[in-house]
Amino acid sequence: MSEVNLAQALNGALDTALEADDRVILLGEDIGRTGGVFRITDGLRDKHGEDRVVDTPVAESGIVGAAFGMAIAGLRPVAEIQFLGFSYPAYDQIISHVARIRNRSNHRFTAPLVIRVPFGGGIGAAEHHSESTESIYAHIPGLKVVVPSTPSDARGLLLAAIEDPDPVLFLEPIRLYRAVREEVPDLYFTAEIGPVRVEREGNDVTLISWGAMIKETRAAASALEETGRSVEVLDVRTLSPLDHDGIVASARKTGRVVVVHEAPRHAGLGAEIAAVIQEHALYSLLAPVKRVAGWDTVFPLKRSEGHYLPSVDRIVAAAEETLEA
Amino acid sequence: MFSLINADGTVRDRLPITMEEMRGLYADMVEARTYDHKCMSMQRQGRLATYAPFEGQEAAQIGAAAALMPDDWVAATYRDAALMWRAGYPWRLLIAGRTGDERGGQAPEGVNVLPPSITVGGHMIHAVGLGWAEMLKGTDRVALTSFGDGATSEGDFHEAMNFAAVFHTPTVFLCQNNGFAISLPRSEQTISESIAIKADGYGMPGVQVDGNDVAAVLTVVREALETARSGGGPSLIEAITYRIGPHTTADDPTRYRDEGEAGEWQERDPLTRVRALLERAGGWSQEWQEEIEAAATRRVEEAVAEAEALPPPTAEEMFTRMYDEPTAPLRAQMGEAGR
Repeated sequence: MSEVNLAQALNGALDTALEADDRVILLGEDIGRTGGVFRITDGLRDKHGEDRVVDTPVAESGIVGAAFGMAIAGLRPVAEIQFLGFSYPAYDQIISHVARIRNRSNHRFTAPLVIRVPFGGGIGAAEHHSESTESIYAHIPGLKVVVPSTPSDARGLLLAAIEDPDPVLFLEPIRLYRAVREEVPDLYFTAEIGPVRVEREGNDVTLISWGAMIKETRAAASALEETGRSVEVLDVRTLSPLDHDGIVASARKTGRVVVVHEAPRHAGLGAEIAAVIQEHALYSLLAPVKRVAGWDTVFPLKRSEGHYLPSVDRIVAAAEETLEA
Repeated sequence: MFSLINADGTVRDRLPITMEEMRGLYADMVEARTYDHKCMSMQRQGRLATYAPFEGQEAAQIGAAAALMPDDWVAATYRDAALMWRAGYPWRLLIAGRTGDERGGQAPEGVNVLPPSITVGGHMIHAVGLGWAEMLKGTDRVALTSFGDGATSEGDFHEAMNFAAVFHTPTVFLCQNNGFAISLPRSEQTISESIAIKADGYGMPGVQVDGNDVAAVLTVVREALETARSGGGPSLIEAITYRIGPHTTADDPTRYRDEGEAGEWQERDPLTRVRALLERAGGWSQEWQEEIEAAATRRVEEAVAEAEALPPPTAEEMFTRMYDEPTAPLRAQMGEAGR
């Protein structure tokens, strides 16, 4: 057991996976010599060798396509794309090949690979470095989309993703890499892909979020609790497949739901979550499901980030509106 | 351009292939053409979905596949049925795929042939990963990827060629330059003098071969595969050939090419020249011709019957082949679909 931040937990999980399974190979841009742009693979090349922690040419489609071939041939590749905003050249590989091979070969060939991608804004990065476009990936049949928000989940879910017999897009909240710390067992353990994590239990209103927005959601819950509200917080650690049962159970319990995400509101996963709730829990609802999301604008540059990112105040206000309805 | 057999069946050089092997290659090309014609007619009868014929390209495909070891990897395209078949993929599955059935994509165990790529160009990099994995695992398996001249304009061609060269993977790139990408002639696809010379830019060997000469293709591909197998890295082969038929059954080539050109290429037919060669060498008779044609027809008809006898796919299979285990939302939808 050691106290680590989310970045260290991911590094530890990759180290453990490389140690535990010869089939695991890491590939991506700058992941070897420099340990990756966020240093998630720091030290792994020295420890496991340049054949297993591979610096590739700058070519996202090539990285994912080569990892896909490796996975079919029996390896367990873990590809890194530097930022979600750089992943689109690989989108064709993911949607046309990675997510379909089991279906188009009727289980004869499978692609157990993991694509790790840092995502989200709030660090004042350059254009294209702050995207939260998870819904365009969660929409792809055959792909699992996982997002940890705690160091423990980072380790458990990453090891689970590497073990998973199907392809997993593993989104890492950039803003939380070094902002959250907790005790994490050094053992090999996995967290189940699928179920939501109940971050805190409550009865009056449910706040649903994932990734970096868990931070603001948690703060909003605390603020609401100070005014005497009992707040339930769900961390949707898996965006696909979505845990309908976990979400619906909480909606039935509290009857009031606010979904919080950094991605643009239009066709964001908040819409899917709201739809699932109204399909299965409409008669338990005491108020319309609200969404607090990024605006339908391009993610702004540093000086306007504050205008864009859902704030604690916006979440509290939405929850209060819901509670007063 | 490397070639061994002239269009009239005379031999340019000593053949590194026995007469018995040549007879086998010829019989295989006859069977492939039988399949191709059968599929065209089945499509016209409404028994197949869109079909992409390979007539004219039999030598490029049979010659290349004949150079493979049984468990080598193959990542090919929708026009590569002959190549896939010669690499071990049964006709019945190829036909099943074209009837619109995912079960046609399931290569038999031990046959390492991926389902054909339908999108253009994305699959070449898979052969890089496949070969790379075998290299890391320490096996002597190699990967062959086949694609057309059009695919070389895709960005993924660049990424695949570059990765293969940088990581020295055992991958052989076979471009069947058949003159057209649907309607676009090769001259407008690239102004490069050839496709083979593009290999230079990646630091790998590139060679042009007469794609209608089965012996030449076999020889060149065999050499490239052996180089890859023995740690010598990737190479690019450009097989010059011609698509005699339309792009697919939905295409009308009279809109973009002179049919006289197809006629000229028919004179360079890959089967005719081998038949002439065999005749000259005493390895061909009318009786044998009829025998191999009858055998080809029988096998193709059997495959058609088997493919058409597949029971209709159930709604459930659509859900169960998405993941190792259906996810909870899929299980719920499976229930809805079954209602």
